[in-house]
Amino acid sequence: MIPAQFDYVRPTSVQEASQALAGDDDAKVIAGGQSLLPLLRLRLTYPTLLVDVGRLSELQGVHDRGDHVFIGAAVTHDEVVRSGVIRDACPLVALAAATVADPAVRHRGTFGGSLAHADPAGDLPAVALALDAILVTSEREIPASEFFVDYLESAMHPGEILVGIKVPKLGPGWGFHYEKFHRTAQAWAIVGVAAAVRRSNGSIAEARIGLTNMGSVPVRARETEARLRDLDLGEAVRQACAHAAEDTSPPSDLHAQADYRRHLAQVLTHRAVRAAAGSP
Amino acid sequence: MSEIDPAAIAEQADVPTEPKQASHEVGRARRRKEDARLLTGRTQWTDNIQLPGMLYVQFLRSPMAHARITRVDVEAARQLPGVVAAFSGRDFAAEQGSLPCAWPVSEDIVIPDHPPMAYEEVRYVGEAVACVVATSRYQAADALEAIEVDYEPLPAVLDMNEALTGTSPKVHDQGNQAFTWKFGQGDIDEAFRDAPVVIDRTYVQQRLIPTAMEPRAVVCTTDGQSFTMWSATQIPHILRFLLAATTGIPEHMIRVIAPDVGGGFGSKLQVTAEEVLCLLLARRLGKPVKWTESRSEGNLTVHHGRDQIQHIMIAAEGDGRIRGIKVDLLADMGAYLMLVTPGVPLLGAFMYNGIYKMDAYDFACTGVFTTKMPTDAYRGAGRPEATYALERAIDELAHELKLDPMQVRRLNWIKHEEFPYTTIAGLTYDSGNYEAATDRAMALFGYDKLRAEQADRRDRGDPVQLGLGISTYTEMCGLAPSRVLGSLSYGAGGWEHGSVRMLPTGKVEVVTGSSAHGQGHETAWSQIVADALGVPYEDVSVLHGDTAISHKGMDTYGSRSLVVGGMAVLQACEKVKEKARRLAAHTLECSPDDIEFSQGAFKVKGTSQQKTIQELTLAAFAAHDLPDGMEPRLDADATIDPENFSYPHGTHLCAVEVDTETGQTKIRSYVAVDDVGRVVNPLIVEGQVHGGIAQGIAQALFEEAVYDAEGNLLTSTMADYLLPSAADLPTFVTDRTETPATSNPLGVKGVGEAGTIASTPAVVNAVVDALRPQGVHDIQMPCTPERVWRALQ
Ligand SMILES: Cc1cc2nc3c(=O)[nH]c(=O)nc-3n(C[C@H](O)[C@H](O)[C@H](O)COP(=O)(O)OP(=O)(O)OC[C@H]3O[C@@H](n4cnc5c(N)ncnc54)[C@H](O)[C@@H]3O)c2cc1C
Repeated sequence: MIPAQFDYVRPTSVQEASQALAGDDDAKVIAGGQSLLPLLRLRLTYPTLLVDVGRLSELQGVHDRGDHVFIGAAVTHDEVVRSGVIRDACPLVALAAATVADPAVRHRGTFGGSLAHADPAGDLPAVALALDAILVTSEREIPASEFFVDYLESAMHPGEILVGIKVPKLGPGWGFHYEKFHRTAQAWAIVGVAAAVRRSNGSIAEARIGLTNMGSVPVRARETEARLRDLDLGEAVRQACAHAAEDTSPPSDLHAQADYRRHLAQVLTHRAVRAAAGSP
Repeated sequence: MSEIDPAAIAEQADVPTEPKQASHEVGRARRRKEDARLLTGRTQWTDNIQLPGMLYVQFLRSPMAHARITRVDVEAARQLPGVVAAFSGRDFAAEQGSLPCAWPVSEDIVIPDHPPMAYEEVRYVGEAVACVVATSRYQAADALEAIEVDYEPLPAVLDMNEALTGTSPKVHDQGNQAFTWKFGQGDIDEAFRDAPVVIDRTYVQQRLIPTAMEPRAVVCTTDGQSFTMWSATQIPHILRFLLAATTGIPEHMIRVIAPDVGGGFGSKLQVTAEEVLCLLLARRLGKPVKWTESRSEGNLTVHHGRDQIQHIMIAAEGDGRIRGIKVDLLADMGAYLMLVTPGVPLLGAFMYNGIYKMDAYDFACTGVFTTKMPTDAYRGAGRPEATYALERAIDELAHELKLDPMQVRRLNWIKHEEFPYTTIAGLTYDSGNYEAATDRAMALFGYDKLRAEQADRRDRGDPVQLGLGISTYTEMCGLAPSRVLGSLSYGAGGWEHGSVRMLPTGKVEVVTGSSAHGQGHETAWSQIVADALGVPYEDVSVLHGDTAISHKGMDTYGSRSLVVGGMAVLQACEKVKEKARRLAAHTLECSPDDIEFSQGAFKVKGTSQQKTIQELTLAAFAAHDLPDGMEPRLDADATIDPENFSYPHGTHLCAVEVDTETGQTKIRSYVAVDDVGRVVNPLIVEGQVHGGIAQGIAQALFEEAVYDAEGNLLTSTMADYLLPSAADLPTFVTDRTETPATSNPLGVKGVGEAGTIASTPAVVNAVVDALRPQGVHDIQMPCTPERVWRALQ
């Protein structure tokens, strides 16, 4: 399809970008454009002005800041996958980013854009949630647990710009896995599970689990997390993971019915937890 | 004017006096000559064509599956910037005619009026109701939003079985039954009477969307009298003829050019509303117009494929020998009959017996109208459907009798020594060797070892189960004998035209009526001509796809290009050689009978006297000394009508791992041994086989066009209509056996559709085989993880 007409600006600072956004009620931020352009082309949205934040220096780079890693909002999926800092300190982000679409999309799409877009089917929101990331905007800091409000809706108000994401470093002993279930390599997740597991003495000390596409927002599998605490690896883990879909309300759509998604969440959580725990 | 000096030309052009070409071209794995330009973009796709003053067309499409149009107001659109014109369907009612159906298959057929732009009633989501012509594509798209259309909703008709009940709402006043068609041989009742085993199954061929890499595009221009149309079409010749027939514009005033075309798979074997309307818009506005579809517009309005419900019954003896097969089809036509819509299921009518022998066969098909996009040819057209139902049912028969599925096939197939063999469906298979292809495939696959692994996984209760799927197949392709097509009420013949132009410098221009759109004709035809005339491969160029250059043709579909079009070119070469022989005899002062031709040179037998074909070409051009009555040229044309279809065959084997916890399937290995007769270019064959298998696997596991209960297409984008990519497909192990066809001089058979025909049942047979111990006998295509999982619950 063919998008309707819009204006385009590429400001040089976050402040300038904020001004541009403030001056036009129907303005929209664009970063990699990998989610926004399809919406424009299908004429599902009609912004009058696109404010391109993709090259703002404040939104670039991956920085090791001691207790956390700061990932610029405009860092692309591809940069995330290749970042040594991310691989060392918060590999789950890289593991999930590597499953996004195809190389072309990963070279343009951004980490910040994925979160700002707040698509529960996106792979990164569940990761940010599982890792208790903090989203730094042009105005404030928002914990991931408060950031995702509804389907394609974040806590940011119009005109607010996501500058970067603070991903807390988890100490030694943590293992990670992102289990994505999709029909083709380039397809979106039917269900995805982001798992971080801390092991001690052959048992699971602590687990954090974020679920992709199991509701209108990414969700944590809290019941399973609680049941996994201090659990020996073994059949009990499977039983704990059978609670993964509790308190979720997955969609029924072309790609899967809700009951199937619930079932998948249980199976995949088990797989993700075992993998994160380093157990074959 | 200075006199032409042949000697000077000969020197300048380096005309060889010794033959230049020695090795055989046919059979060489040459890289395709067209690829450099296609891959680097130094080519012309229809959408690249820019003409001065060009205008851009966009169509407003119905959002309703079925409705009466009560008002269309384009006035506001006309006022918008850049807009040159806006029209409703009614504005063209008097001149747009009805889109053609060239295959009225039966006496009882209903061919409803099919206006290119609807103006009374819309019958599927996506049907064009109005259009805007503007100075840019964007302005045209913007202006569509200003058009007001009032619809009075009518009930959608979506389910074929319901559509045929007396209480169903009607798609057309004439009712929802498009046609019935029956065919039978042998005593089917006798075959089923007291049959020890009867297999009775119903399969659903889901609706598919052919997805060519290049979307459709049309450019049309006029000089006030005549028209030139560029279209991303498979059928420039047929399109020209039918544009004339549809609009009344005289045929000689229309030139159609198919420039480089990026794939078709049948979807560009069509006369589309957009083509007719671009022609009429160019006439009305006196300006060049262009229309290029977007991908989601294409998903809605490129004709769809398959969509049949197949009821198949096999009567067999207790040892697995087949007595007879009975088939009853419902075929979804969609809302209208397009170019060959009703004929597609009939292309399978002679194939449900496959490679097997039996005493009786019965086939019936009912075409059904629904309020969906019309269906039409899609890679394989009718034959994948037939092969699927048959090969699935043979597996069921084997399971019922607790026999190995390959054993049942071996028991029933035509043995190599029985060819030529006239089947129960009345076709004469000229050649084949099913044993050889199967033995090779079984060896490459490691069948026995995989069976052992399957048993082991079953014993262990492994959550990942293994299934093995077999598909043997043959198909009638290379359409083909005009006589036969005529007896099936097809609207045209199956001949093809080719010509060979000998240029003064000894280079060769080949003109073919086949219209390549990705197949590699330029390479394959060059190889054939190089061998036939004994000229270097590099000295041959191939022209196609322009009705002003290639004045006669039946175009490319149905795996017909090589076996019909290629053979026409070969025959034209023979005629060139005959003329050259006479000229050689004249020049060398001997009888034509004393001349022997070898590798580009005409020799006087038993002497060293010779003339190369290039020397003779130049001599014919100079025409200073020709035999009496000889035209001053060696060029020749040929139009051939083959005596039979071609019958490629093969055996495909597939191993699939099924994760019983999630339902996810994974193809572990895939072996294809195809027999496509003699091979002109193994690389091209390999490419066709790979692409075909991928498309067949896509039907088995991934693709499905889905309409909701209101008749909206849910799979209008590539995010929802899932195409597999290389990342989703295994490495294909391919090999060939070579049993030459006897129906053409090169012994070649078609290969374009073979992979698609064989692979779908091989994959689904494997998925079902994996789950048999769990009591699974069928899974509806595409076998999505969710469907597999549900089958296990
Ligand atoms: C074919 C295809 C397949 C895909 N598959 C997947 C997949 O499997 N998994 C997956 O997770 N994603 C997938 N994506 C989406 C991809 O990850 C996008 O990169 C991501 O969703 C958005 O990032 P972007 O930079 O492109 O954002 P844009 O498209 O530029 O913007 C998206 C939204 O976020 C807002 N926004 C962007 N940046 C900011 C900012 N800094 N501050 C405030 N608002 C901002 C925009 O206003 C817009 O509303 C796919 C995309 C495509 C095209």
